[in-house]
Formats: sequence, structure tokens, C-alpha cells
Amino acid sequence: MEPVLHVHDLSITFTQNDPSRRDLEAVRRLSLTVEAGQLTALIGSSGSGKSLLGHSIFGILPDNAAVGGEIRYRGQTLTPQRAERLRGREIVLIPQGVTYLDPLRKVGSQVCGGRGNRARVRDALGRYGLPPETAERYPFELSGGMARRVLIAAAVVNKPRFVVADEPTPGLDPRTARRILGHLKELAQDGAGVLLITHDLEQALTVADRVAVVYAGETVEEADAGDFAAGRLRHPFSRALWDALPENGFRSIPGTQPAPGETGTGCPFAPRCPRSDAACRNAASIPYRPIRGGLARCLHPEGEELS
Amino acid sequence: MSLTAETLTFRYPGRETVLENVSLTVSPGERVGLSGPSGRGKTTLCKLLAGYERPVQGRVLADGNPLSAFSGPCPVQLIWQHPESAVDPLLPLAESLAEGGAPEARIVDALHIQPAWGKRYPAELSAGELQRFCIARALKPGVRYLLCDEITAMLDPITQAQIWRFLLEETQRRPLGLLIVSHDAALLGKLCTRAVSLDPPPAG
Repeated sequence: MEPVLHVHDLSITFTQNDPSRRDLEAVRRLSLTVEAGQLTALIGSSGSGKSLLGHSIFGILPDNAAVGGEIRYRGQTLTPQRAERLRGREIVLIPQGVTYLDPLRKVGSQVCGGRGNRARVRDALGRYGLPPETAERYPFELSGGMARRVLIAAAVVNKPRFVVADEPTPGLDPRTARRILGHLKELAQDGAGVLLITHDLEQALTVADRVAVVYAGETVEEADAGDFAAGRLRHPFSRALWDALPENGFRSIPGTQPAPGETGTGCPFAPRCPRSDAACRNAASIPYRPIRGGLARCLHPEGEELS
Repeated sequence: MSLTAETLTFRYPGRETVLENVSLTVSPGERVGLSGPSGRGKTTLCKLLAGYERPVQGRVLADGNPLSAFSGPCPVQLIWQHPESAVDPLLPLAESLAEGGAPEARIVDALHIQPAWGKRYPAELSAGELQRFCIARALKPGVRYLLCDEITAMLDPITQAQIWRFLLEETQRRPLGLLIVSHDAALLGKLCTRAVSLDPPPAG
């Protein structure tokens, strides 16, 4: 079956709005697949370009962005024109927080987007544990957790086939966060493809089927969620993320992720990687290749002997 | 010698009481974990301890003196969850970093702050990069207590581990007293010498 979403070698370049007109490559080689009925998590730190992927899917990048590579939705290229027709109906974005709600409109009219009726709004709110009178509230009257549930209700009221949730949990206490993630998992169990964009590996692993790891604008690994705990990871960066969790050793590695435009040749992780050698630093490009049931962009993946 | 909150009560004018009769002590070298559900007043307590708000009742003393008795950088510094709202968006980062005095090169290095970042504006850096600046800015020589309000909640695990490794070393070197607010029980377990909770005590 065709995946719901297939992203291949996506690149996003910004032309700077200053006299230099310098081009800044924020996303370089981003690839991932989301299957129907599955939840795929895209994991990366802030500045890795992961939110830009969400915006490019919906065709809502700013005008100074140039997009390369390919995004396919249900087997066909997703052009900005096609995205415009589908978005808000078949494909939906759950944005980060309350600031994405219109502060001057009541919740009810925002949930149905002007297309639904009262009963449908009530059902959508009820599904996420929000009382019917929430429809009469203004956004400033909602708590952070309620606002996120309103955003989910608004996104899924039209039974979408593909859902992107961009950092849906920061600032929420663990119980509320678990509840929000549970709602995303339900959407996948109902048959939609769900892409969860987050920096929080630990949370993502509680609900994800697949995990794609992005570093400095490149996907470095795509793995089954179970590969993390089972020690079956392929890329040293994914491994370092896992080892840095407080419950797994709290190990840090030196250095920082290179900023857009600071990546040179070779693997962007090579300067911080315990397994890197000269080939990693000098390679013109490193293929994203199948390794043990996953994909990794690495010359010396975990589990292989270093010469 | 300690940072002491004595029976603090706080409410915003005309609103419900956020904190009632809360007392807390943090000594240099200690790392006190503070947990509790959202909306329970953890951030408000940090703001009272750092002097951003004044209690309705009770008092805050740093090494026996009210915060108003200190000149220069306040010995109690608060690091916020969202660094992007804790730096002036119109200042290059090097200028934000130098607020309250020049930063120590040793600290800037240990936090992996790249020299080139100093010329950038906050919108051009990631949250992890900005948080490094906020921590370096807060660690002026006279600072004795650091209040860390979910300071790594929005960072990836590697950056989180890196920042806390640095802060643990710095805490011992000076020594600093730390108050660490987090929802992450595993993180608090790794970091803290003592835990307090803002939950009401169980009945009976």
C-alpha cells in the first residue's frame, strides 16, 4: 500500500533578507515515511529544521523559502496548490499552542471552521473531554491543556487522513501530556497517518510506531520505536539521544548542533561522533541506506566493527 | 548561610491565593528539587525568591538579608523555561550576555557558546543556544543561588544532559545553592540532593 506521506530528500533554503542575500540551507536531506494507521515521530532538537517540514507539507513556508526534493501524499506529489485544496480537510496541522487560536473568536466557531453545526462542535469537544460550554469561551479563558485539546478538536472535526502535530506537549504536566499523546494515538488507531514533531524522545516513544531522527536538517535514522530500548539503533546520534535520557545514564557529549549554513561537507554529526573518521568528515554525501530493518545515514553505524 | 523563604503567602491583587504559608530553605551546595502539578505556584515561588514579586505575607532572606540589601547583580538568579522571552529581541546576544557585567570566559567555553553566536539576534538562534546564554548571563561572580524553572524542558536530551553536567560542576565549585523545578521525576532523581513538593500534605 502507498504510504500516506513520503518525503524524499527535502531541502529548504532561505534567502536572507539582508544586503548579503546569502542563502541559508535550513533543511538539507530530510526523508521519512508515514503509513496509514501509524504514528511516526520526528525527533530533533530546536533548530534542527523539524518544524519546517510541517510547514512545507502544508505549503505555508514564508516567501523567501525555496523547497527542493519531493513530498508525496497518497502516491501523488504534494504541490503547494494541492496542499491548499487538502489542508484543513484531509490533511491537518495541530499547531503548538493557544497563540494559534484567534483571540477574538469564540472556540465553537473556530472548531468547526465555519463549516460545521452546533452538534458537530459539541461532539468534537466532547471527544476530548471538553464540556459543551467550551464552545462559548474565548481562547484567553482556556488553560494550556484545554487550548491544546481545542486545537486537536478543530483539526480532526473533518476526519482527516493525515495529521501533523507540532510539539503538542511542552509546558503541560505529565498527566495532561499523556492524555494529549493518547488522543494522537487514537487518531492513528482510527486509520489516519499521524506525524508527531517533537524534541521529547521519551514521550514520543510512549506512542510512536516509527521514529525518524533529524540532526542539522538531515534525517540520520528511521527506526521502529522499539529499537531504542532494545539497543538496536544504527546511528550514533540516535544512540547518544537515548543515552542522554536521565533514566539511561544521563550521558552528554561535547559540542553543539551546527546552525543552518554552518554545516560543511560530510556528516554534520562527525565532529561530535565517537565513531567518526576522516571519511565521515570528507564524504560529499552519505547515502541513507537500509540497515537491519531501519534506515541510517552513516558510514560506520552502531553494531558494525570499526577498522 | 542560606536562601530562606519564611511563611510566604502570595496572591495577585483581586485574585485567589496562589501560595499560602510556604517555607523553604536552600543552602549553598544543595540541589533542591521542586515538583507539583501545573498551576500550583512553582513559578510564582521562584519569582518571589528572586525578587520579581513581593509576598503579601512572609519574607525572603538571602544569607540573612533581604534582597533589597544587595547592590549589583542579585545573589539569587532565576533562569526561565523559555529563554526566547528572557532576552531582548533587539539586542545581539553578546550584549545580552554582558548585562550585569562581563561573563567569565571559562563559563562561556564550558557552555559551548560559539563566539559567532554573539553577533546574532535571539530570533536567529535555537532555544538550546539561547538557554546557554541565559545561564552564562546569570552566573555572575556574586551569585549564590540559582533558581532553575524547567530550564531544559524544551531541549533535546543531549543538550539537557550537557547543561546539567555543567551546572552540577559549577554548583560544587562555588558552591551554589540550586532550586530545580521540573515535571520530570527521573531528571530530579539524577540532580537533586533533596526534594520538596508543593502538593498539599496528605490528610491523616
